[in-house]
Amino acid sequence: MSLHPPAQLPDASGHYDRFGGKFVPEALYAALEQLEQAFQASAVDPDFQAELADLLTNYTGRPTPITEARRFSAEAGGARILLKREDLNHTGSHKINNVLGQALLTQKMGKTRVIAETGAGQHGVATATAAALFGLECTVYMGKVDTERQALNVARMRLLGAEVIAVESGTQTLKDAMNDAMRDWVASVDSTHYLIGTVAGPHPFPMMVREFQRVISTEARAQLLDRYGRLPDAVAACVGGGSNALGIFADFIPDTDVALYGFEAGGDGIDTGRHAATISNGEVGVLHGMRTYVLQDEDGQTRESHSISAGLDYPGVGPEHSWLAATGRAHYEPITDAEAMEAFALLARTEGIVPAIESSHALAGVIKLGRRLGQVNGEPPLILVNLSGRGDKDVDTAINWFAIDTSGVPSSEQEGAMQQVRTHGDPAVGDLGKGDVA
Amino acid sequence: MSMDLGHSGKVLADIQRSGRAALIGYLPVGYPTVEISLAALRALTGEDDSPGVDLVEVGLPYSDPVMDGATVQRAGTRALERGVRTRDVFSAVETVAATGTPAVVMTYWNLVDRYGVDAFARDLAAAGGCGMITPDLTPDEAAEWFAASDTYALDRVFLVSPSSTDARLVSTVAACRGWVYATAVMGVTGARANTSALAPELVGRVRSADPDAMVGVGLGVSNGVQAAEVTAFADAVIVGSALVNTLLVADDAGTPGDLSGLRALVSDLAAGVRSGRGAAGTSTDSAGLVGA
Repeated sequence: MSLHPPAQLPDASGHYDRFGGKFVPEALYAALEQLEQAFQASAVDPDFQAELADLLTNYTGRPTPITEARRFSAEAGGARILLKREDLNHTGSHKINNVLGQALLTQKMGKTRVIAETGAGQHGVATATAAALFGLECTVYMGKVDTERQALNVARMRLLGAEVIAVESGTQTLKDAMNDAMRDWVASVDSTHYLIGTVAGPHPFPMMVREFQRVISTEARAQLLDRYGRLPDAVAACVGGGSNALGIFADFIPDTDVALYGFEAGGDGIDTGRHAATISNGEVGVLHGMRTYVLQDEDGQTRESHSISAGLDYPGVGPEHSWLAATGRAHYEPITDAEAMEAFALLARTEGIVPAIESSHALAGVIKLGRRLGQVNGEPPLILVNLSGRGDKDVDTAINWFAIDTSGVPSSEQEGAMQQVRTHGDPAVGDLGKGDVA
Repeated sequence: MSMDLGHSGKVLADIQRSGRAALIGYLPVGYPTVEISLAALRALTGEDDSPGVDLVEVGLPYSDPVMDGATVQRAGTRALERGVRTRDVFSAVETVAATGTPAVVMTYWNLVDRYGVDAFARDLAAAGGCGMITPDLTPDEAAEWFAASDTYALDRVFLVSPSSTDARLVSTVAACRGWVYATAVMGVTGARANTSALAPELVGRVRSADPDAMVGVGLGVSNGVQAAEVTAFADAVIVGSALVNTLLVADDAGTPGDLSGLRALVSDLAAGVRSGRGAAGTSTDSAGLVGA
């Protein structure tokens, strides 16, 4: 597999029409230019490409398979749901694809230290992993609230030799972790690369991370053509910052017959104000170096986002998603915590796969989508969904959400807990989203 | 091409001609409260016979201030919790302007963008403000700000950094009206024990780009002695975090309205910039040293 040379967008100054750009302190300009040059050079450097391809194959375990989720599909109006198994990557999510690419670039730039922000901890773990592999110093910034809800990943990062800093400023979540990482970078830019984990931030990050994640759609497109002899009717993914979504969208963007769907974190519901559905409910502004949709108040102060999924709990979104939404090429819809958790349980019970809660937003979305689509040209539609990560890290959250009995007592109480898993919420799992059937 | 000194640059140049460097002080509106912040801003300009700063930077707190150190961020977070609004910055500018000391606003771009760049410039000019410093907006993304600052004759102060390339330094200096803000150390704002060795070199590079440019040096100065050191090579000394810290100390002591610490620091700094050139030799010597 090889990286494509950067596509037409963004333009030379990093804009996707009115989105994107570089809204950063002057102190970071030189580093961004150095990074862009190193990235452009790497894209046409066969040695770099070979080294990255080798890592993706022999370290990460790519290509990841496509699994047709037959029993799960029964809930989706007869659509055929195809899972792109990014959960099977080393470290348990798609994050490693980007991290290995940027770690290689860090080496090429002669820098010895990487810093990263992390929400759920998946990107932090992936960065700590790559730092260990490449012998780089590593500091990960993580909101204090997130360190508490993802304690397992904090331990993993420390085992891997990374320093984890719990960020106590602001809302103590992903956006504040990004602020502190940015502050660190302003002061350490000579020796340090800021390894941003998503398609957000100032140019060239959104473009570069897209290119490192493009491998997902390059593989999936070929796998579908090979196995089904055609392209999917729709491609879907969850969207926080948007890297797994852009990864699985990228090669399908020119295929205008393929509908693209991004599912955002609807939290308690858009109307409650407690959500992270930036495109669905935000307005255009500037955050973290980019012009994009932002959850903000009347004055432009960033609003607090809410999601059961730490990885989606971000009040901004990558600028290319804003552009895809504004042009109508991709569609973005919110999925509530409850809908995501129902899909989480459903995939576990019907396919034997425990998904990340982030990815569960995409799973809940495709159930609704499948029911809406019905038949396409007299056939069940093919819907490709990015299963971006595995759910091991989320088991504690699931225990609390479903009140799962972990006492090990094989009694009627245990039966009761399982029953709760099956019927949590109203509508119950089997009736998920029926009210939304078009 | 030499810099258009606008309003604030002319003030700095006049002080320069009087034989000393200027003092620029930063305080955010809204901390510890909007009302007390207005009193603090007035105190910053000096009182009775005691001189104050020569130019005020009125800060407008933002939820995600990536260039602010812990001190300024803490004050900003509290100001936001206590309800400061964008419109309060215009009352603050008016308050300062009424004292006869010129004021510029310093804030993050999203707040201006959200208010409307033209509307912000209009209201800033109407309040008697003379311009704006934009820490996260470089000339590259500033098309709207160029237009609005021209329409309302406002100064636009961009930042240069030790990491700026020569090409960017030249184009950034050319884009400024008023003066250039030199961030003297690599890092966010905050009082430091020693002023940076990178500062004289950076000021020298700005002077090579434009010998007539007015240069303010910021980030790190916390007392009169350090201020005096900076006057050896800069046209203006910028102090922020140390001033804000006096308000945090008063707030934490349960006496948010006590501005005595602020007044003491202002007079120490004002004395520092007045002693500086004498202590460091003549300004011509210093400038020559830096320019070399």
